Amino acid sequence: MCPVHLYTGQEAVAAGICCHLNPDDYIFSNHRSHGHYLAKGGDLKKLIAEVYCKEKGCSRGRGGSMHVYDLEAGMMGSAPIVAGTISLALGAALASRIRKDNRVSITFLGDGATGEGVLYESLNYAALKKLPIIFVCENNYYSTHLPISEIRVSDQIYKVAQPFGVKTHRVDGNDVLAVSDVAREAVSLCREGQGPVFIEAMTYRMRGHVGPDDNIQGTHTDIRPKEEIEQWRLKDPLTRFEKYLVENNVCTQAYLSDIQECLQKEIEEAHHEACQDAFPDSKEIAKYVFRENT
Amino acid sequence: MCSEKIRKLSYSLAINEAFHQTMERDTSVIFIGQGVKSPWYVGDTALGLIDRFTEERVIDTPVSENAMTGAAVGAAIVGMRPVVVHPRCDFMMYALDPIINEAANWHYMSGGHSSVPVVFWGVINRSGEQAAQHSQAIHAFFAHTPGLKVVMPATAYDAKGLLISAIQDDNPVVFIDDRWLYRTEDYVPEEFYSVPIGKGVVHRKGKDVTLVAISYMVPEAMKAAEELQLKGIDVEVVDPRTIKPLDEDIIIESAKKTGRVIVADVGWQSFGVAAQISALVSEKAFSSLKAPVKRIALPDIPAPASRTLEKAYYPMSADIITAINKMIVD
Ligand SMILES: Cc1ncc(C[n+]2csc(CCOP(=O)(O)OP(=O)(O)O)c2C)c(N)n1
Ligand SMILES: [Mg+2]
Repeated sequence: MCPVHLYTGQEAVAAGICCHLNPDDYIFSNHRSHGHYLAKGGDLKKLIAEVYCKEKGCSRGRGGSMHVYDLEAGMMGSAPIVAGTISLALGAALASRIRKDNRVSITFLGDGATGEGVLYESLNYAALKKLPIIFVCENNYYSTHLPISEIRVSDQIYKVAQPFGVKTHRVDGNDVLAVSDVAREAVSLCREGQGPVFIEAMTYRMRGHVGPDDNIQGTHTDIRPKEEIEQWRLKDPLTRFEKYLVENNVCTQAYLSDIQECLQKEIEEAHHEACQDAFPDSKEIAKYVFRENT
Repeated sequence: MCSEKIRKLSYSLAINEAFHQTMERDTSVIFIGQGVKSPWYVGDTALGLIDRFTEERVIDTPVSENAMTGAAVGAAIVGMRPVVVHPRCDFMMYALDPIINEAANWHYMSGGHSSVPVVFWGVINRSGEQAAQHSQAIHAFFAHTPGLKVVMPATAYDAKGLLISAIQDDNPVVFIDDRWLYRTEDYVPEEFYSVPIGKGVVHRKGKDVTLVAISYMVPEAMKAAEELQLKGIDVEVVDPRTIKPLDEDIIIESAKKTGRVIVADVGWQSFGVAAQISALVSEKAFSSLKAPVKRIALPDIPAPASRTLEKAYYPMSADIITAINKMIVD
């Protein structure tokens, strides 16, 4: 199977941001994009089928897990080249400005992407033109095998936006309501022509960099301390939100369990169907290199 | 060479040995790039290097290909001999400016005053349903650019010898290997030796067809040649080892002998290395040819994710056999 970068542990970021977006707002994403896509209203079956590289997948098995596209959901594309889609989101925001269509563009990036120069070029231009773009940096403290202390002097990523005059926030990325509060304001600023906004969401991935435990190439390379992982497990965004809902009498634990059961079924069904689905036909290998002009 | 000093070594450990031996001999050699600390990126090619030469000279970096590659170029300009690694050629795209605009042109632009003894190492790391941005082989871009030398060793012996030559060369050298070669083994002398840049090798003599194979296509070519031998077809396998400057003589000599040439490359077919070699053969051995030159390379299509498409995408020994059979029959 293709390399799969699991989003487990970071769910509150995508959910907290995307719940303020309209279907026609744009998101661009990186290698860890499954959660972004689902939160934006993506289709679970199409996603899972793509992870299995099947013809029914959202990218017809041409892109795999790292290339999720669904234009109807406003998922404009994800790409594993670190920082590769930041400037693309910038361009989408520029288009919205020119067309005055009131859309907002989101670029999801990791802490690792702060190493690439294009982030700073994009921040500068977005600020200069007050573009409706939100830079969402999911700081999970690691870029593959490197802890943040080995790639930056400061772990306070949100500050990188300040010198460009970009409004910037740091938020607990495992608290969906906190993320949502910051995102609500950021989205409305962008719609009012007061963008861009930078959001640093502090979070943690509960799995290895790729695959369940980094074993994709036969070497166990998840160097994170076990205790650290366990510490973060206690801050799991889903259990935290569930606790909040029950404690505040929004719903009962039984109701949540029902939802969970339904979702579990839906997920299993998606996997089951994806396994049965056909792979792309090798005779169609050259299809989609170019679009047929109409 | 005394025989007890020759032992089998994997391709990746041959690279590792080249590092140990050059870094030990020359303190100006440094090794820099994304992932040099992690076997997930560089396999065992960097085994023991940090322990021996410290993080002063073996430098893992933030994800900043453009700046880190530029830094390697700058360090070379002031007299170091850096090797900068890109664990996938795809990640090198961010570094095309320092490689092509700066390093490749530098010596010429300075009227010969300044030079850039740097090695740009890029790994082809394809298949496994990794799709278009994790599979690309872009050696032809580099070979197209004046001022860059490009080497693509196919055996462990050549990997060690060519890496040593690349590091010792006073010019920017692009060293491209293929992850699919890392587990292959070869006799590799323990002593410090080099393989000259610009010199090809005939891996297998034959009289019926010349099969020019690049990088990972060499083992596939050898497999095809052995199978064809059983059917009485005698294939000569030529490995240029260096893409630029290309060992034209070894190719032309073989082409003149066999009259049939097939080129197997790991890059895209159009405007690529196979096209260049094909042009060379028609320019310099036209009258010896019994058949048009045939290219076996990747179709002009991005690398697909799905395994069914990958199977159609990557040519293997069976495709070489089919092409040779067809050429001989025609
Ligand atoms: C240009 C480029 N360089 C290197 C890589 C290899 N790589 C894949 S993911 C990654 C780190 C990503 O870290 P981060 O941005 O923090 O995202 P996370 O995986 O933590 O979600 C790297 C360096 C790449 N994909 N693209
Ligand atoms: Mg990270």
